[in-house]
Amino acid sequence: METYYNPADLAKFASVGEGNKKLMDKFFSWYNEVFAAGALSEREKALIALAVAHAVQCPYCIDAYTQSSLEKGATLEQMTEAIHVAAAIRGGASLVHGVQMKNVYQKLSM
Amino acid sequence: MVRHKSMQAFGEALANAETQLEIIQNRCTLPPFDETYQSIGEGPLTATGIEVFQVNVGKLCNQVCRHCHVDAGPDRREIMSRETMQLCLEALAKTDVPKVDITGGAPEMNPNFRWFVSEVKKLGRHVMVRSNLTILLAKGYEDLPEFFAAHGVEVISSLPHYTATNTDKQRGEGVFERSIEAIRRLNHLGYGQEESGLILNLVYNPVGAFLPPNQAGLEADYKRVLNVEYGVQFNHLYTITNMPIGRFLDYLIASGNYESYMQRLVSLFNPAAARNVMCRTTLSIGWDGTLYDCDFNQMLELKVGFGAPMHIKDFDFAQLRTRRIVTKQHCYGCTAGAGSSCGGAIA
Ligand code: SF4
Ligand code: SF4
Repeated sequence: METYYNPADLAKFASVGEGNKKLMDKFFSWYNEVFAAGALSEREKALIALAVAHAVQCPYCIDAYTQSSLEKGATLEQMTEAIHVAAAIRGGASLVHGVQMKNVYQKLSM
Repeated sequence: MVRHKSMQAFGEALANAETQLEIIQNRCTLPPFDETYQSIGEGPLTATGIEVFQVNVGKLCNQVCRHCHVDAGPDRREIMSRETMQLCLEALAKTDVPKVDITGGAPEMNPNFRWFVSEVKKLGRHVMVRSNLTILLAKGYEDLPEFFAAHGVEVISSLPHYTATNTDKQRGEGVFERSIEAIRRLNHLGYGQEESGLILNLVYNPVGAFLPPNQAGLEADYKRVLNVEYGVQFNHLYTITNMPIGRFLDYLIASGNYESYMQRLVSLFNPAAARNVMCRTTLSIGWDGTLYDCDFNQMLELKVGFGAPMHIKDFDFAQLRTRRIVTKQHCYGCTAGAGSSCGGAIA
């Protein structure tokens, strides 16, 4: 079956640099530094990444950061809570725009 | 989900060392370990001495963990005899090898286990026992903690996770709870308490097809959770990578993770870890006295090679301490990331 997403493509990420190596190198050096332990631990960063991956619905990132969260010592419970946070923000972000809807509604209604 | 018998008991193909080797060597196209190792510029992998005699006293075990590289279980009958233990002691006496690491199976189930420990102690060597903890609560073994304490034995125990769910998934229903109870008994005798000198180290290994987290960070998590929630203590946590052999190999294949796991091990090859692999300072002795470079090679029936004597009865310290190591593709399991050995991360 042909699909747009193939799990094996994740490993080919670096090949995207073929069109412009300089920019890709800059991206990876920044990216790697982002995920190094700092004020947040590597595990916290992996869990944030996992949550964001769900918010942006990127299957590559979900694959990579599920593995990474496990390898940073996260439990299934922590990973599940992280994606609930992403889901709550997504849901909340939709709902809070209801205020815009109400503003427009009030302006248009008699 | 959890097994009750070894793969061997069911006549499964993977119980056979040759079948395992065939898969490890040929099932995916990875660069040969030897070549990768030699790329770090130190020639072929060679021992630098012998600091540990790792004696595998048999495959009998009261547990049947899903990741077991030994394929141990209650049905296994391979047991080291007292005569072979005697040969180990004679060889040991001819050397200054400081440590004897006793493993299995559940080594305590060997009927000559206690005798062997006390004889090694008489030679003035440090004894480490790989205890699975639950055996300490089994009928007829309840006084083992006192025996360990009396002989100053260092206890090294698997506890794959600080949560019951993850531990039981790998080691069997109720194993976590019984392990905690066993740790409590050891603590009661002074094990895991800084001032006592009685060492209890725990071992983490991933419950699945991924690599272990950072050892120091995870040790802090284990200490916090085990202390706060269960009131138990231990000295150090060792993180160990699951090796693609035995029942873990079976799991990898059945779950469709084999190729990606091997590729991951290769892609994380770490020269610093490779320089410190445990076979460089360990000699592994099988239940029948056969010599191996490590417990993993032992399970794959890869005897010491390159002209080194292959049985404990022909023990030759000078030759064995500088032997070339027999390597195959599973060796990538020791060199990935922070590395892995019986004493945890190595880089
Ligand atoms: S992993 Fe250890 S405790 Fe579990 S079956 Fe194997 S030898 Fe026994
Ligand atoms: S598997 Fe054994 S022989 Fe291979 S690197 Fe590890 S310890 Fe050495």
